[in-house]
Amino acid sequence: MNIWIAIAVTAVGCYAVKLIGLLIPAGVLERPLVQRLAALLPVALLAALTAQQTFADGRVLVLDAKAVGLAAAAVALLLRAPFLLVVAAAVLVTAGVRAMTG
Amino acid sequence: MAVGLSGFAFGVTSAGSGLTVLQTCALSLLVFTGASQFALVGALAGGGNPFTAAAGAFFLGVRNAFYGLRLSQLLALPRAVRPFAAQWVIDETTAVALAQPTRRSVRIGFTVTGLSLYVLWNLTTLLGALGAEAIGDTDAWGLDAAGPAVFLALLAPMLRTTLERAVAGLAVLLGLGLLPVLPAGVPVLAAALAAPFALWADGRRRTRAQAADEPDTAEEKS
Repeated sequence: MNIWIAIAVTAVGCYAVKLIGLLIPAGVLERPLVQRLAALLPVALLAALTAQQTFADGRVLVLDAKAVGLAAAAVALLLRAPFLLVVAAAVLVTAGVRAMTG
Repeated sequence: MAVGLSGFAFGVTSAGSGLTVLQTCALSLLVFTGASQFALVGALAGGGNPFTAAAGAFFLGVRNAFYGLRLSQLLALPRAVRPFAAQWVIDETTAVALAQPTRRSVRIGFTVTGLSLYVLWNLTTLLGALGAEAIGDTDAWGLDAAGPAVFLALLAPMLRTTLERAVAGLAVLLGLGLLPVLPAGVPVLAAALAAPFALWADGRRRTRAQAADEPDTAEEKS
């Protein structure tokens, strides 16, 4: 039930922000500070989410095969690999390390 | 292609996080903005309560309002049509629409991209969720690394300036450091505070640099 509540709240919220952008008059969100904050918010959230989903198991910090997989993804990104390869590198290396360390 | 793979990765991640196929597909149909969906299932898998989990997903979706603002001027849609177009206001449709030379091609570009991505995203989500159920233990295949890898791939092109890197670094420290002490889902929201904090610190640094450049005017003011 909790999951359905989360889905409903997210769906309504995400739809609302999409619609707001189309409906409100230009100018309201055009202030430089608002624009800069809007550009930085995803940076902060994505960085925190990447770190948590890599190094957290529940509420405990761990260093396991996933960290190696994400390191591979980072290398792929530095080499300007396409999106497909970046995700594939993370998945394959993680699976490989798990298979080896058993 | 990239969207198809993300959709598949989302389906797998979501099913691996304990959501049913129906819940997974409902998310892709109703939310239709990838980063928010990944964030939500990640937060739910971490044991977060539904509202903190949804809040993280919501803040990631806020950028779509700014896309809508740009698109609204380019598309110039009648007000009655806007609620129907809104669901397709995402990263990819905005990128395509902004690249078009005329209003006609903006509208066509937005509609074609929106429709094809919506169909592709939902089909691949379904395939991913069914695939995950068939495989069983998705972790053994390393598929739990797909979610964070998608985040990393979305994040990387955003890290152009020192300010952006500082925000990312601070957010990582907050997100991990607060994890053991705050309820699940809350540390991500706390990490979002890195953005306004960095803007505030940057503003102060600039003011001070200006004052140092013009000592005379600074003295006059004080």
